[in-house]
Amino acid sequence: MTKLTATRRQFFGLAAGGAAATALAAPGDARAQTATKARIVIIGAGAGGTALANRLVARLDGAEITLIDPRVDHLYQPGLSLVAAGLKPADYVVSKTTDWLPDGVTLIAEAAAEIDPEAKTVTTSGGQNVAYDFLVVAPGLVLDHDAIEGFSLDMVGQNGIGALYAGPEYAAKTWQAAQAFSETGGMGLFTRPETEMKCAGAPLKHTFLIEDITRSAGMRSKAEFHYAAPQGALFGVPIVAEKVRMLFAERGIGTSMQHRLTGIDAGARRATFAGPDGTTEMDYDYIHIIPPQRAPEVIRQSGLSWADKWTDQGWVECDKTSLRHLRYDTIWALGDVAGVPKGKTAASVKWQVPVVEDGLIAAIEGREPTETYNGYTSCPMITRVGRAMLIEFDYNNDLTPSFPGLIAPLEELWISWLMKEVALKATYNAMLRGRA
Amino acid sequence: MEEMTFGTIVAVFEEIFGRGLFWIMVALAAIVTLGYVYVLIRDHSISWRKFLLAQLSMPIGAIAAVWFVLGMTSSSLGDLGGPVDVVVFLGIAAAGAVGIAILVYTIQSLVRPKQ
Repeated sequence: MTKLTATRRQFFGLAAGGAAATALAAPGDARAQTATKARIVIIGAGAGGTALANRLVARLDGAEITLIDPRVDHLYQPGLSLVAAGLKPADYVVSKTTDWLPDGVTLIAEAAAEIDPEAKTVTTSGGQNVAYDFLVVAPGLVLDHDAIEGFSLDMVGQNGIGALYAGPEYAAKTWQAAQAFSETGGMGLFTRPETEMKCAGAPLKHTFLIEDITRSAGMRSKAEFHYAAPQGALFGVPIVAEKVRMLFAERGIGTSMQHRLTGIDAGARRATFAGPDGTTEMDYDYIHIIPPQRAPEVIRQSGLSWADKWTDQGWVECDKTSLRHLRYDTIWALGDVAGVPKGKTAASVKWQVPVVEDGLIAAIEGREPTETYNGYTSCPMITRVGRAMLIEFDYNNDLTPSFPGLIAPLEELWISWLMKEVALKATYNAMLRGRA
Repeated sequence: MEEMTFGTIVAVFEEIFGRGLFWIMVALAAIVTLGYVYVLIRDHSISWRKFLLAQLSMPIGAIAAVWFVLGMTSSSLGDLGGPVDVVVFLGIAAAGAVGIAILVYTIQSLVRPKQ
């Protein structure tokens, strides 16, 4: 029998060689680059625009890629709910737009002021005229705070007013108001808008979190929780709506469905709603306001919106599986601005980006695209500090769990919370770099 | 998740810890594992005396791992909500226990080779 003998140096030499061989064999993007002189303009350097730019740079050789976005800061928006519950500081969600952009692209730090889909040009707020062969519109959406009468953003954080969607500083101020409520009790009123919105789970998460925090503070018996929404159900996916309804009952959270917040009287701490029986008023000690959400003005003015759907909101008219514009075949919509029935979340963006990438490259190569978007959206529905439900679904309202049989989508689990806490931002960042 | 490839998982871990720290941790884990294999091959046998101390350190490793994860994720034992949570919890404890046992055994063998 041969004895296995090795000196220390031989042993570690062999091990180092093995490690190096593994590293060299690490899989990269094996696909060949496509040579092209195409001018690609991406309006928006948020989650969608940035991830797409990184992937296009890897796939295309010689393309002229230009991003148009005035925002200096990049926001990790899924983290806003955590900031508004005091679980993360405001800077947890903030980085620089330029931190994520690859070499070889041009960023014009101005807003898109005009899009001419016939002449194929974009005019910026600074007056630059940028011609394109292919255009991706991914500017995100705008929050219409003015639509809530008596409300303005400078009120957030005082007099029991929260509005976490407005950005990191407002999310932190929202926590100031919510924390004060959790320590004194009273009536907590949680709302959502009638329009399409970013992450329809966030209004529920905020309700659950503040209820849990109030309970932990020992003030639950002195506090009432009420959720008022214009919709008929608590969530767009019926099976999830039922689960949330049961959880609300368990946690003693009351509901007023078909109630749309129209205004507040900040001094009197009174909210006005349009409901099925006309106007109703509700007193509050804390209110969470989520305003109506719409496509940016430039999209609506440039004739890219649906003419017969969401006419008050202006989302881009596109095919819901290819995201390609229905009237202009050199334009794609990506992210919040896309006029599709679901998917204003970062998780949707993660699934939409490869579809737009494939559509664009297929157009350059003159072949048919192969990737399609099925409406996938994911919502780690936090139900308390330490537990969440990992809900994933598609256009059909079918649940599409990533870990079937392992992580139950409708169960409040610690592992789902761990994923939100540990892996979600990391996955998001990897997506921005085009690596996930 | 759409594509759960090895590259994606590496990318996610790089983002969790930062690229530098992640690879330093991978290298440290690899060095300790290699050290362990090295002393096993060198000594041609397991030293049960050293293994005893390694075993005694296991609960410390288990508790430290659990404490670290709970602390980092603002959660508590009461948050365990289903069978999969218990499995993950035990997995974290087991990883901590095995990790520290290998570390303790390897350090003893390298520091005091002959007993």
